[in-house]
Amino acid sequence: MRYVQEFRDRAAAQGLALAIGRIASRPVNLMEVCGTHTVSIFRHGIRGLLPPPVAMLSGPGCPVCVTTNADIDKAIALAQQPGVILATFGDMMKVPGSYQSLQQAKADRCDVRVVYSPRDAVRLAAANGQRPLIFFAVGFETTAPTIAASVLEAERLGLANFYVFSVHKLVPPAMRALLDSGEVRIDGFICPGHVSVVIGSQPYEFIAREYGVPCVISGFEPVDILQGVEMLLRQIAVGRAEVEIQYSRGVRPEGNPLARKAMYRVFQEADAGWRGLGVIPGSGLKLRPEYARFDAEAAFAVRPPPTKEHKGCICGEILRGVKTPPECPIFGSGCTPESPVGPCMVSSEGTCAGWYQYGSR
Amino acid sequence: MCLAVPARVIEMRDDLLGLVELGGVVREVSFMLLPDARVGDYVLLHAGYALQKMDTAEAEETLRLLVEMVEAAGTEG
Repeated sequence: MRYVQEFRDRAAAQGLALAIGRIASRPVNLMEVCGTHTVSIFRHGIRGLLPPPVAMLSGPGCPVCVTTNADIDKAIALAQQPGVILATFGDMMKVPGSYQSLQQAKADRCDVRVVYSPRDAVRLAAANGQRPLIFFAVGFETTAPTIAASVLEAERLGLANFYVFSVHKLVPPAMRALLDSGEVRIDGFICPGHVSVVIGSQPYEFIAREYGVPCVISGFEPVDILQGVEMLLRQIAVGRAEVEIQYSRGVRPEGNPLARKAMYRVFQEADAGWRGLGVIPGSGLKLRPEYARFDAEAAFAVRPPPTKEHKGCICGEILRGVKTPPECPIFGSGCTPESPVGPCMVSSEGTCAGWYQYGSR
Repeated sequence: MCLAVPARVIEMRDDLLGLVELGGVVREVSFMLLPDARVGDYVLLHAGYALQKMDTAEAEETLRLLVEMVEAAGTEG
């Protein structure tokens, strides 16, 4: 595949590892805030290539993992409404809510469908005109514009049975919350490449300016990530804190303004609950009043049962980078990919799943 | 979840739908969020939408700098 294979080059990766070894003088914690980075770091053994002073921490970068039990419970309650078809991305199906997952709800005769694109959900709505189609919309700034585009498409088609239950989240406010908590020292951020395709580099500027923490927007191949680490270490070495773009083949400084325009035409910022981080002001997206007729939460008054957390699970602390999976009392024993307890083990992008499959290096 | 893969545009239609080729597989995608894509461009796809054009000059430049750096690391190391 073009523009993939070249960035997996072994010689380049080894050269970068050498360069990193040369500039890594003091212990640093670098955090990635994107599940796709987390997976790539595990799969390509990047931790093993880095010298001991450089520690990689995984942050709240998996939209599936940060979705709260309360929101999953609400999605299930919506799926239980008469006639409703609930559509969502495949990643969400196995994530346990307080009492069950969407997959279990489906086994209990709820009509839950997995789609690859929100466009498929619009098509399902058009093909089932008499039944409400609710799209359970999970994802960061990469995904939200595609959901917004599907709402605009449903509007154009005059569909009266297409709804969205939006639990979209925004990455920069969560990064601020992590820094404000002071729970873990972060010396640099590997910023999410595909979120940045949409938002560009400006939304991270406050991190460099106010907190003095350098940021590098990186691609996802091993060479990209290693180069991102090298760029962060260069900044740290001279006490510089700026937002740099390593992934320049995909990310423009201005992002994709048209995608943002679609996103903010349909959605507005709202407070949102994150697993492990609590409610973060302005970190979510809900439908604007002009698009309220597409809002599943407005159209269906559901009252899910009281939420409860999974006993022994420390996904919250793992999502904040405070603890690593082996520190969890149920990791690998009570919680495995075959019978997962927490979302970080369920999701293919979860830190626990990566750790379980590939080990600590 | 924010996976986005580079695919080559092989057809663009007036309704902002088009076809892309990815590892030998052809699929229909929406260009609603990237209307200025053209046939032959490599684009990043996410959830059935093209999100950005790959800047091939930037890709080549990144690779060129890498080669320089690796060579430099080899001579120093």
